[in-house]
Amino acid sequence: MQLERRAGRRLVAGIPALWLAVFFLVPFLIVLKISFSEAQLAIPPYAPLFSWAHGLPVPRIHLSSYAYLFTNPLYLRSYLYSIMVAAVSTLFCLAVGYPMAYAIARAEEAWRSFLLMLIVLPFWTSFLLRVYAWIGLLQNDGLINNILLRIGLLHHPVTLLQTDFSLYVGIVYSYLPFMILPLYANLEKHDPALLEAAADLGARPFTIFLRVTLPQSLPGIAAGSLLVFIPVVGEYVIPTLLGRTDQIMIGRMLSDEFFDNRDWPVASGVAILILLLLVVPIVLLQRVERRQLEREGLEAEA
Amino acid sequence: MRRTGLFSRTTLVLGLAFLYVPIVSMIVYSFNNSRLVTVWDAAHSPTLKWYGVLFSDGEVLDAAWLSLRVAICAATVSTVLGTLAGTALARFGLFRGRALLVGMTTAPIVMPEVISGLSLLLLFVALEQAIGWPRGMGALTITLAHISFCMAYVTVVVQSRLAGFDESLEEAAQDLGARPAKVFWRITLPLILPAVLAGWLLAFTLSWDDLVISQFVAGPGSSTLPMVIFSKVRLGVSPDVNALATLMVSVVASGVVVATVWMRHRQRRRERDAQLAAAANL
Repeated sequence: MQLERRAGRRLVAGIPALWLAVFFLVPFLIVLKISFSEAQLAIPPYAPLFSWAHGLPVPRIHLSSYAYLFTNPLYLRSYLYSIMVAAVSTLFCLAVGYPMAYAIARAEEAWRSFLLMLIVLPFWTSFLLRVYAWIGLLQNDGLINNILLRIGLLHHPVTLLQTDFSLYVGIVYSYLPFMILPLYANLEKHDPALLEAAADLGARPFTIFLRVTLPQSLPGIAAGSLLVFIPVVGEYVIPTLLGRTDQIMIGRMLSDEFFDNRDWPVASGVAILILLLLVVPIVLLQRVERRQLEREGLEAEA
Repeated sequence: MRRTGLFSRTTLVLGLAFLYVPIVSMIVYSFNNSRLVTVWDAAHSPTLKWYGVLFSDGEVLDAAWLSLRVAICAATVSTVLGTLAGTALARFGLFRGRALLVGMTTAPIVMPEVISGLSLLLLFVALEQAIGWPRGMGALTITLAHISFCMAYVTVVVQSRLAGFDESLEEAAQDLGARPAKVFWRITLPLILPAVLAGWLLAFTLSWDDLVISQFVAGPGSSTLPMVIFSKVRLGVSPDVNALATLMVSVVASGVVVATVWMRHRQRRRERDAQLAAAANL
């Protein structure tokens, strides 16, 4: 029985682990490998990492793709631009998402699940189509310009599309639920007795918020911010449809290197550099989530 | 309290408007007669013209059929794998390799899609060189790629549902002599069935919706629906895409309404049963 149980458990954990090892872990090693090889005109378009001479492997490790990436200012600019876009979008999402999550968490019980459903519902409809919808709203003869012209606020249409403005609108719009949900999960658990105690002691509402609510919600802020920041750094669809044409983001850079220039080593090098940038945030996110789980476990035990 | 309440409520209303105005505008303009998406042709609208255009577009229909097949396969396989992983993470305590499994199931969720797509394509190319499988890129490679990121989501959903139940029912069944497999089929699975179904739906939606990863692993000749939409909208707005968006939004919205009504109904029945039981005990 014990033996059978152990074998069964090994199977239950082993099958998904094996799948993820083959389709998630190994691919990264391949990307790493190709980033160190040299491009060549062949199929596939990169040279092997080892060549054989007299029965012995001779390493042919090249740093050429990294040298190219670090010496070409285009890549550095695109890298920094992506980090800035991700950071600014995260701040915008937080500024809009925090009050929304707060309002839902303080709403009457009957309303809460309905409001949450409204937040999650767009998530179930196509991401691509929701980004596309903004083209129709923001373009020069789009809805927003038409309305502003009609009511006389403008005399000429302003260019909204393919600017930083449209890029941020698209990103905040698409990633807002990722900010709101962890914040709500945190805010909903706050003990109202603490707020009452602070109020009884004479604290003003804003002070209560600053001194009681905000510090308690830091884990939610961290989780939401990381859930927005990490994917936005490598975002491809939104900058391609709504973003600037003179400054592209690093995800687009990777895709262009791969599909247009067919330079697999450089594309792999870009991927590795994005990963290096994201390692710290990803580890942080896992730590925040683990702490959350542990706290919930403790609460369940208590 | 009141002032912060007013501020946050106003933001909530404006934020919800921000989330829904683009969707509503797509729906409205899908019935617009004009080819210029932004000009409302009041004389000839509303019209179903663009729905006709959509349903006579062979490229769109082929792509939708491919996306549907891929999404059903990917959702089903990833639900099985994700349920296994979620069960292992929630029930097996601290086993060897747990940290690795946690890492591998959470990382795909936040991983930028361009990286997942590139790495999977390079894997398929290397595999084909080494063992001759998979032969070329197409529906198979798209499905394999989708399974990997979908199962991460299913794992999270199943794991958090299992974490919400204590193990006493499963332990009781085991004490009564049920084998582990039987405990899973008769006790655990029925308990987590709602989460498994939700995981399947989520996986289906993610696969149906994926553009970037598919673009990397699709190869020439097979285009999923998002790929066709993307190539259309890159050239500017096109009214038949509005019609398509309207159809997809209505399917999702009606699905959500049906699910909500069904869950209300179940809950009410459960409450009534509990009341009856309480009355019988008196």
